[in-house]
Amino acid sequence: MAYVAIADRDHEQELHDPTTFITKYIWSQDHKVIAIQYSITAMFVGLVALGLSAMMRLQLGFPDSFSFITPTDYYQFITMHGMIMVIFLLTALFLGGFGNYLIPLMIGSRDMVFPYMNMMSYWVYLVSVIVLLASFFVPGGATGAGWTLYPPQAILPGTPGSELGILLMLVALALFIVAFTMGGLNYVTTILQARTRGMTLMRMPLSLWGIFMATILGLLAFPALFVSAVMMTLDKVAGTSFFMPAILSMGETMDHEGGSPILFQHLFWFFGHPEVYIVALPAFGLVSDLLSTHARKAIFGYRMMVWAILAIGGLSFIVWAHHMYVSGMNPYFGFFFATTTLIIAVPTAIKVYNWVLTLWQGNIRMTVPMLFAIGFIFTFTHGGLTGIFLGNVVVDLPLSDTYFVVAHFHMVMGVSPILVVFGSIYHWYPKITGKMFNQTLGKLHFWITFLGTYAIYLPMHYLGFLGVPRRYYAMGDTEFMPESAFTLNQGITISALIVGAAQFIFLYNIIVSLKKGKDAGSNPWEATTLEWQTPDTPPKHGNWGPELPVVHRWAYDYSVPGCRDDFIPQNMAPDDVPMAADSVSQSPDVGTHGSEGETDGPDGEPVA
Amino acid sequence: MSEAVLTDSGDVLPGGGDGVVADFSADKQTFQVPWGKAMMWFFLLSDTFIFGCFLTSYMTVRMSARDAWPVPSEVFALSFGGDPIPLILIAIMTFILISSSGTMALAVNMGYRGERKKAFWLMMATAAFGVMFVSMQAFEWTKLIVDEGVRLWSNPMGAAQFGATFFMITGFHGLHVSVGVIYLIVTGLRVRSGYYDRTRGNYEMVEITGLYWHFVDLVWVFIFAFFYLW
Repeated sequence: MAYVAIADRDHEQELHDPTTFITKYIWSQDHKVIAIQYSITAMFVGLVALGLSAMMRLQLGFPDSFSFITPTDYYQFITMHGMIMVIFLLTALFLGGFGNYLIPLMIGSRDMVFPYMNMMSYWVYLVSVIVLLASFFVPGGATGAGWTLYPPQAILPGTPGSELGILLMLVALALFIVAFTMGGLNYVTTILQARTRGMTLMRMPLSLWGIFMATILGLLAFPALFVSAVMMTLDKVAGTSFFMPAILSMGETMDHEGGSPILFQHLFWFFGHPEVYIVALPAFGLVSDLLSTHARKAIFGYRMMVWAILAIGGLSFIVWAHHMYVSGMNPYFGFFFATTTLIIAVPTAIKVYNWVLTLWQGNIRMTVPMLFAIGFIFTFTHGGLTGIFLGNVVVDLPLSDTYFVVAHFHMVMGVSPILVVFGSIYHWYPKITGKMFNQTLGKLHFWITFLGTYAIYLPMHYLGFLGVPRRYYAMGDTEFMPESAFTLNQGITISALIVGAAQFIFLYNIIVSLKKGKDAGSNPWEATTLEWQTPDTPPKHGNWGPELPVVHRWAYDYSVPGCRDDFIPQNMAPDDVPMAADSVSQSPDVGTHGSEGETDGPDGEPVA
Repeated sequence: MSEAVLTDSGDVLPGGGDGVVADFSADKQTFQVPWGKAMMWFFLLSDTFIFGCFLTSYMTVRMSARDAWPVPSEVFALSFGGDPIPLILIAIMTFILISSSGTMALAVNMGYRGERKKAFWLMMATAAFGVMFVSMQAFEWTKLIVDEGVRLWSNPMGAAQFGATFFMITGFHGLHVSVGVIYLIVTGLRVRSGYYDRTRGNYEMVEITGLYWHFVDLVWVFIFAFFYLW
């Protein structure tokens, strides 16, 4: 069957035109509405997790001062905070939120390839969130096993929430995986199969590359979590011994025998390490677009950026056991996993250099999204460098399970992606709502958050060197902890509360700007990518009006020499580009981005 | 490193490895297949990882178990009056499932030829094979549970993990077969009623259903090898 471009087909994508309020805003199949539903749910559950972290910090900073935080509560807060932030906030927000909103708009499609399944993805996700939050209210409360849910302690009596909490957690995870699979299949198929005319893969904005690779990682990594959830459920409910060795619990021999707790750790981290990149890769992609747009300069080394994303994605599947150095392992395995772990630093460093070189001699506009993007480069470099420490077996052993680890992963996969989330929400807010947010409040939000995170996490590195263990309810009186450690903990708590409170500036800003914000126009940042070229702002159902856009160039034609404007939209034909001297009628020489050293094709895209 | 290639239409394409990248990333659908088929491939890839994790876990658990693992050729033997025949039931089940792949392939062919009735009946035959398979699995489970006292959590013949992994993995596979039967019946009824003529004008849906069915068969081959032959 000869290939017919999607734009030329008789039967275009099936679109279910909404007629009533309910089909338009609730049971909606429109990717934009689903994206907003995903984002609001994720942000709500993220706020819950933020509240939990505030409670934990209160306890750590001022032990014995708050009678309403018992040790049981503390472990439940730790567990739920971690699981919510990693999976139900970041994964859902990046892929369900940004993925849903940006994929069809950036590739010039009218919707996802299977809108009905996309809708189902959100509703199953909502159910999983409800199940997760319900676990706070069942007898015994939510699970307190730590976010890694390691057996045997996760299901043994004595661990908080070992009655129903752990079961609800496992069910919520399984439901989330079902929801993610329905969405993820859509994202991958849409990007590969439904691009508009002219949109080659190597012309796609890096946002899409990041989301695409993260989705593939999710489709291949979540199965391991699903399987371990099924097996742990059986261990808990049916008394099987997949993960349970022979155990003496409270003076009595348990019925379990012959299981392998290490098996769970392998399965969990086979999911868990790609999960780090499921969160990080979309952030890499989005921040690349933010930096390029607001520095008015083509992204440096586009092709290397793409290959680095693919390389990181591939490598992320063979590093998982670096989370298990202290679990007991053949030393040769430690050698192997330390080596692969350190190799990941190479493509990651390429990305950081390219971001910095994108800023080099750029015409930087210090907008709110740009502030967050630059902040990301700082926090990510910082968190990445401590990762090199922890990737080495001999350095990891003393630092394992201390606050150094807490500081590392919060810098690299907590703060960094969240800064990108904020930057991206500010960046696309004018397109999503049609209104501009308040710049002053945005900058205030940035500076408190950015400086505050350093006030929180820098001292934690020092606590880690002192050997302060993570996950402890209270430190008590110990020989090795000097007085300064306790004072630092108080300081961290105060910073954390301030940063937490600052997030309400953000919420206030995006809610109030819906009504009071100035009209943003269709392309306030003067960006090149397709989503800024829609006929309506916010885009209407079907996105593009009667004609799909045709793409003529790559996504990064900023500050092209000889052109009147410092950006050329992706869908502008070479003959239509306005020149600096109006009399010149020939098409501009968009092929020379000399400073980047790219080889450019006839339409300005890098030739593969 | 690579030589440029001049196409008939006058475009210059890079050769070598760069050419592969240029071709793969070109301005077209990456895979020249319908969307639904591409999506089914991606789903099956993901599902492969689920079964892969299950089977890897099974091998690990089998090695970490402290009690002796039962001998499969004795556990899965049936006697018809005389001496027990090892693996006889499972041989029949495997034969049935492989045969169902054959009828499914014929159904896909009939679908593309537009022979709706034949395609429908072949799909129903496939579904019937599926039902037979699940029924025989139910028989096997009953024998193990009722007659021999194997449970998820215990096993009179040896390692408790035998029952746990066996029921979990064959159960998960049986669930896949059952879903496949429902999927086949729904698609088959739509084929018969001419639904796909009205909505799409082709019968690629039969092939997509077939992909799923063949995958379930293929997984069975691995379960068969790892559980019954090891």
